[in-house]
Amino acid sequence: MAEFRMPSLGADMEAGTLVEWLKAPGDIITRGDIIAVIETQKGAIEIEVFESGELTELLVKPGTTVPVGTPIAVINSGEPETEVEHPQVVLPKIPPPQAASTPSPEPEMPPYRTVKVSPAARRLASERKVDITKIAGTGPGGAIISKDVIANVSIQPRGLDLAEMRKAIAAAMARSKREIPHYYLSHTVDLTQASEWLVQTNADRLPAERLLMGALFLKATALAIAQRTGFNGHFTDGAFQPSGPVHTGVAISIRGGGLVSPALRDTNTLTLDNLMVKMRDLVNRARQGRLRSSEITDATVTISSLGERGVERLYGVIYPPQVALVGFGRVTRKPVVVGDAVLPRPTVVVTLAADHRVSDGQAGARLLADIDTLLQKPETL
Amino acid sequence: MTINEIKTAFFNALSNVAPEIDLEGLDPDQDLRDAFDLDSMDILNLTIELHETLFVDIPEADLPKLTTAAGAVDYLVSRLA
Repeated sequence: MAEFRMPSLGADMEAGTLVEWLKAPGDIITRGDIIAVIETQKGAIEIEVFESGELTELLVKPGTTVPVGTPIAVINSGEPETEVEHPQVVLPKIPPPQAASTPSPEPEMPPYRTVKVSPAARRLASERKVDITKIAGTGPGGAIISKDVIANVSIQPRGLDLAEMRKAIAAAMARSKREIPHYYLSHTVDLTQASEWLVQTNADRLPAERLLMGALFLKATALAIAQRTGFNGHFTDGAFQPSGPVHTGVAISIRGGGLVSPALRDTNTLTLDNLMVKMRDLVNRARQGRLRSSEITDATVTISSLGERGVERLYGVIYPPQVALVGFGRVTRKPVVVGDAVLPRPTVVVTLAADHRVSDGQAGARLLADIDTLLQKPETL
Repeated sequence: MTINEIKTAFFNALSNVAPEIDLEGLDPDQDLRDAFDLDSMDILNLTIELHETLFVDIPEADLPKLTTAAGAVDYLVSRLA
């Protein structure tokens, strides 16, 4: 018999609101299954369990906010119980008054409200999952038209509260700047080989199978990180705890102003095709506010890529408790000296922000040189 | 397939990639990437959607032709003709 508790998804999280149970008492669950959705500052997060067994009891009702560590469900893992004969007695039930401390998510609506809704707006609302009873209309006679539905979608981009997300970013970044003695390095990498290889590889592939330069950056960085010590892991309780696996936090921007860096697990061991599929899935879910709890906590290093429309160089702020952030600027054509000639070449500036409590510039320089070397042989990634 | 059907398919795909876009206020000649903050992953998702709904394969080299809504619709019409 095990209690499943409200997980902590970062040092700044104090409480979570249960949005929805995805499993019911009696269901058999396996480690890694998603059993619930909770609302946090990072958006709606799908919660995974760490035990296998039978879900015997749900202790918290949807809409309830509980502190981190509060038991929210009971799982019978099938292991013989010796010390606890009446587990029901020792499990503290969450008293319903907890719910009263937060505004009820479903405010009582008048039982009936006459609202004119244009057919297009109604269809749009259903597609975008906007609750038409909760928005104001600006059409003739207060009718709800498409524009009103759209306006509502952009205020609340699907399970993401951008103001709350900003608070979470602020807390993490303030802690980073307070605690982590950053040092910064940068290095320009010639991407001629990588670009040509990418064009050739994608030429006879259907859109769903194509690779992006960002996938090459992720893989090369993860491989380089795995070969060096001092960049992959967490700094906790005054000491660096290195990680074996490389779980790269992938910085994903949210349109409308937000940023989240969910973990892509074991990046160094994935094939580029596999990595690309996982990256697309991660970006899509991050933007819909449907990330999983392990993705919020598992990253061991962060990689931030500005893509095609950014600037040349980014100076990262390390995401605590991690100890390094590798940044890629926009791919830019620059004059490069090749032999005795100056040639226009696609280049990218790779930067490293790293924690001086754990590594030094010398090691950081070797890391960036390794990334450069790997990107010169894209076919081996 | 009529031009209107192609137009609808394009706007549906765009809307799936970036649901925040106000299609009613869209200027057909503005740069979609700049106007709606679309990145390379969004453009890839757009071409995947168009491939699945219109069965049109858009080679990577043709992606610049999807820069504006008007240009994209013209391009798709020519590909599907």
